[in-house]
Amino acid sequence: MNAREPIVEVRDLTNRFGEQAVHEHLDLTVYRGEILGVVGGSGTGKSVLLRSIVGLRRPSEGAVRVFGQDLLALPPEQRSQLERRFGVLFQDGALFSSMTVAENIALPLIEHAGLTREDATRLATVKLALVGLSMDTAGKYPASLSGGMTKRAALARALALDPEVLFLDEPTAGLDPISAAAFDQLLLTLRNALGFTVFLVTHDLDTLYTTCDRVAVLSQKRVLVADTLEKVAATDDPWIRDYFHGPRGRAARSSLSI
Amino acid sequence: MATEGTPGTASIDLSSGTGRLVVAGDWTLPYYASLHAHMRICCNQVSDHTAVDFTGLGALDTAGASLLADLLGPARVARLAAGTGLAAERAALLQTVGSALAAYCKPARPRRSKGLEDFLARIGAGVESFGKQTLLLLGFVGIVFEALGRNFWRPKHWRVTSLVSHVEQTGLNALPIVALLSFMVGAVVAFLGATVLADFGATIYTVDLVGYAFLREFGVILTAILLAGRTASAFTAQIGSMKAREEIDAIRTLGLDPVELLVLPRVLALLVSLPLLTFIAMMAGVVGGAVVCYATLGITPTMFINLFHEDIHVRQFLVGIAKAPFFAFLIAVIGCMEGFKVAGSAQSVGEHTTSAVVQSIFVVILFDAIAALFYTGMGW
Ligand SMILES: Nc1ncnc2c1ncn2[C@@H]1O[C@H](COP(=O)(O)OP(=O)(O)OP(=O)(O)O)[C@@H](O)[C@H]1O
Ligand SMILES: [Mg+2]
Repeated sequence: MNAREPIVEVRDLTNRFGEQAVHEHLDLTVYRGEILGVVGGSGTGKSVLLRSIVGLRRPSEGAVRVFGQDLLALPPEQRSQLERRFGVLFQDGALFSSMTVAENIALPLIEHAGLTREDATRLATVKLALVGLSMDTAGKYPASLSGGMTKRAALARALALDPEVLFLDEPTAGLDPISAAAFDQLLLTLRNALGFTVFLVTHDLDTLYTTCDRVAVLSQKRVLVADTLEKVAATDDPWIRDYFHGPRGRAARSSLSI
Repeated sequence: MATEGTPGTASIDLSSGTGRLVVAGDWTLPYYASLHAHMRICCNQVSDHTAVDFTGLGALDTAGASLLADLLGPARVARLAAGTGLAAERAALLQTVGSALAAYCKPARPRRSKGLEDFLARIGAGVESFGKQTLLLLGFVGIVFEALGRNFWRPKHWRVTSLVSHVEQTGLNALPIVALLSFMVGAVVAFLGATVLADFGATIYTVDLVGYAFLREFGVILTAILLAGRTASAFTAQIGSMKAREEIDAIRTLGLDPVELLVLPRVLALLVSLPLLTFIAMMAGVVGGAVVCYATLGITPTMFINLFHEDIHVRQFLVGIAKAPFFAFLIAVIGCMEGFKVAGSAQSVGEHTTSAVVQSIFVVILFDAIAALFYTGMGW
């Protein structure tokens, strides 16, 4: 890991929906190779922040730079080049409903990596196996998957191109605890081997404790703190106190220190 | 990480007697095809005891790791720890991919198609599904009548707001297009009449032609076909996307009746708006005819109205407008029913929307033909 090269820079970001401001003067930096956990209460704008970073939402004010570039200002061809280096897992999966699970994952492999359909399907099943989905899921349509299976299939699609930056919106929500732990392990293994950067929105305290290098807390329309877990947990803020020192926060921490 | 890429290779080095597998270069997604070829060549010559040299290995990602794990075999990957010139995190990646691969088995091969047999099977399936569709439609009509009868005497269950909003969407918003189209078709019919009847010196009957055509047939059928395209598709798409996102199920689990909530307001709204639009279409068509009569035949509007009044009985109007409620009912019911048939995917919404339009236009024209036979038989 070289000297803290920033991958994502959010500067003075403001997002409004009509009258309602979701973010105001928000600053955040994500560095190469780190796993950044993003936490915050429901409706504090984590998903909106993610959408702003990947260029799906034009900020009301402020700038977002990914790999040092402003996505929304790039010509389409270069923007597409840049977007290939992303992997995005949306909160509700967003699998293509008219394709089977395997086809969903094979699509970017065929379109961007130029694989043949056969190779792509083979690799797609490998990715599915990685996230813990068996062969018979590959041929199913998204409508016939369970909630947790949808999450995993979407994760496999996000991982399809071995992206340099992964944006994950609540990847472990709806997974059973065993799968969630396996996911944490997978994320760490892949990050260590491939060195990618992860922007991880999560409510799962265990994921936070096991995987994240730094944690950013979204509250009061901005990033309250972004630092290592110990420092964040020690911050003097009522919400943070309740979050990390509430019954669940204590349980997750103690299970880790044992 | 961002070093200049060198395509990955795997080769067998035989210089050291027993043979040594040399893995070099970048084992990454861009080189997948060539790596796969390398792997297949070496695959047969690698046993569980072949020594492996990883020192030349460049970048490695999950795609490359999956090929490498395949090449090395599950047993070796499992005990692949230190001492092979492989960094710990890479060994971990290989092991993760390897154990995932162990759960991987070959997909079942797709069934070979047999030309004629498949063709016949398709025809059979088509006929069978046609029969089923008809039965379903009749069943759905029954359900709608049942819901209508059940709620007729219970004003509390009338969805007045929803009804009014659908009347606006299906009726008021469609008014301009219906009027414009009818006006133009009226003009075209008058032109035709003027041209053909001129040979017989009977151009004056153009008025009758336009009047009969629009009151009996064109007014109602043009409106019905327009609404079949415009409204049946909208109903299917609305209900279909609700179905795809389990909203219909949510309505049921809340103890509410989707037919009462979604279908009745739509059916009733179309029962209101289609006859009204039909009336507008008739008028617009006749006006279109009158304009052409004036412009090409010199029949003044006063004369037009007088002739119209003399020759065309109110029965023609009644016979035409009487068909409107039936068309309205059929279009609305088919639109809603197709919506309920949607399953899961966005693709399915599209398929059923198309099907709703095709079916409702077909049914409208079929019904119109039957009505024409009936009216002729009755001497109307
Ligand atoms: N398209 C939109 N139009 C209007 N308001 C929106 C839109 N999208 C999001 N919002 C609002 O922005 C706020 C933040 O939403 P967001 O989805 O980012 O929350 P979140 O932090 O991801 O919550 P959760 O943890 O529940 O997923 C919410 O108040 C939401 O109502
Ligand atoms: Mg969210």
